[in-house]
Amino acid sequence: MILVLESGNLQSLFDTLISEKYQIIGPTLDNSALIYDEITNVDDLPVGYTDEQDGGRYRLVKSGGKKYFDYVVGQHTWKRYLYPPEKKLFELKRKGDGFEIVENKQEIHKRAFIGVRACEIEAIRIQDEILLEGPYKDADYERCRQNIFIVAVNCVRPGGTCFCVSMGTGPRATKGFDLAITEIVDNSGHYFLIESGTKAGEKIMKEIKGKEADQNAIETADRLMKEAENKMGRRLDTDDIKELLYRNFESSRWEVVAQRCLNCGNCTLVCPTCFCINIEDISGLEVNSAKRVRKWDSCFTLDHSYIYGGSVRTSAKARYRQWLTHKLASWIDQFGMSGCVGCGRCITWCPVGIDITEEVQAIRESEGKGKIMADKEE
Amino acid sequence: MARERKPKLAVWKFASCDGCQLSLLDCEDELLAVADKITIANFPEASRAVIKGPYDVSLVEGSITTPHDAERIHKVRRASKVLVTIGACATAGGIQALRNFSDVKDFVAIVYPSPEYIVTLNKSTPISDHVFVDYELRGCPINKYQLLEVVSAFLIGRKPIIPPYSVCMECKRKGNICVMVAHGTPCLGPVTQAGCGALCPSYNRGCYGCFGPKETPNTNSLAEWCKKLNVSRDDLTRFFRNFNAYADSFRKESEAHER
Ligand code: SF4
Ligand code: SF4
Ligand code: SF4
Repeated sequence: MILVLESGNLQSLFDTLISEKYQIIGPTLDNSALIYDEITNVDDLPVGYTDEQDGGRYRLVKSGGKKYFDYVVGQHTWKRYLYPPEKKLFELKRKGDGFEIVENKQEIHKRAFIGVRACEIEAIRIQDEILLEGPYKDADYERCRQNIFIVAVNCVRPGGTCFCVSMGTGPRATKGFDLAITEIVDNSGHYFLIESGTKAGEKIMKEIKGKEADQNAIETADRLMKEAENKMGRRLDTDDIKELLYRNFESSRWEVVAQRCLNCGNCTLVCPTCFCINIEDISGLEVNSAKRVRKWDSCFTLDHSYIYGGSVRTSAKARYRQWLTHKLASWIDQFGMSGCVGCGRCITWCPVGIDITEEVQAIRESEGKGKIMADKEE
Repeated sequence: MARERKPKLAVWKFASCDGCQLSLLDCEDELLAVADKITIANFPEASRAVIKGPYDVSLVEGSITTPHDAERIHKVRRASKVLVTIGACATAGGIQALRNFSDVKDFVAIVYPSPEYIVTLNKSTPISDHVFVDYELRGCPINKYQLLEVVSAFLIGRKPIIPPYSVCMECKRKGNICVMVAHGTPCLGPVTQAGCGALCPSYNRGCYGCFGPKETPNTNSLAEWCKKLNVSRDDLTRFFRNFNAYADSFRKESEAHER
């Protein structure tokens, strides 16, 4: 089913979701920054804002327009809700000579995510596969993940660090959504083209104040999406990427980037596919109770590679190389897919603007140069 | 394992503002709950009563700035099984280590009417420059929960969970939007050890580095980026010269930009 919804009727989507008992999570402004948080009204969306993104730089800009979704992904990811940054898993309480286990039975809302971009849908799929389909199932992720209703928003205006086209994940959402929206402003007005992807999506569609989409609207959306493909802020040549990186394990480029890398971990914590966690067991002062807490971790810390006797990856070079090579190469061996969806967050939110696409390109070019030099020597 | 005798905890003060001891005092509820399990043998901010050593755990606050203290710290060490330094003064020399970058005599002459009565050392130095330290707890002041964690861990004989990674790790988990990236505000978070819960970035301020250098800090790269954010050389020196001015990597970075 494909509908056209006049912009003035967007609230009917919100109202329908709320009446179906969904808690809506979507983009909103906090302290002049874009975050994902609970919203109830279309006015909670960052109406009339757009973003500027580059390596190590993000600015929200008031565009004065009336569009609801004229920006792309910000720092927050949906994994904040599906795989929370910090979570108490259980508590132990002393009881007589033994102890009892008190599980964290925190209630999890039935949630609707509004404004999920195509790259983010792919990131959620990647985490689903790793955390639910692998040999070990993450029970907590499963609880958070079920009952999620996804409203995708197609990216008409890609951001300065986006490269979803290179990774084959966007800018248009083609699967993994309940509803997908394209926001259009043209001479026939300001409206949304909405398509459903699931039965649950269709059910909601029936309740909102849309009308059947005409050919013009469908074609306009197609054209906008085609144009968006050519507006990517970044590009990553993925040709032979796994072998390229494996071959260049000892590339001098790793030293160059290590000079700049702060090994602060920001890139991993903003990445929608990174799933590393640490488990902390904490006993109280009175030693009558203890708790186990799960926290987002990063391969940029020394403890991440700590084994008996010390850390394996002590240099910044080793840690950056591990991260990039895992994302783009060994992830393929491990899970049969790339670990990068091209959302650009690691580029934008690196405090010193280190750019994954630039690093791969530099390694590629260093090989080229190597070859030319070898040719000359012959 | 049943303990036959209650472990004795002592708190010692050297050159400091007492802020870290106050963090301990702030743990009163938690400490009262274990009052029957540990003896607080010496705690100047809480009580004048002093119980004789030896002590199971000594918490040492403050830096060494006088010849007298330079001797006293050895006595504390001899009387303590485990010695834990707490706070930026004890672990790095504190804010008073700003004197280390000039001649202390000049300061004394300006501050005191009769400088001849002042007996002080040229430098303010961390406890670890004088005696062996079993564990260091960072912060200006220290974090109450980290302190409880260290005391709990030592009392039960496990390793404390005090991560040496960046403030950014806490900042991102908390969901703060990065002040460096989103506002161009210089922030020491990427080179500073976690522990405060990313306090300043949570209020849209850059990190001041209260918890000192993190593991493998790359201060130089951060400084280079700050130049692009239009931070002047003088400000860069001040940026790194703070509560942990005399911590090795911060000291070197501040000196690199000094004119
Ligand atoms: S690449 Fe950037 S964000 Fe990632 S650890 Fe290095 S400096 Fe931090
Ligand atoms: S590696 Fe970077 S661009 Fe790729 S998915 Fe992660 S944050 Fe996005
Ligand atoms: S605000 Fe500071 S501490 Fe927080 S992520 Fe940014 S650089 Fe790190």
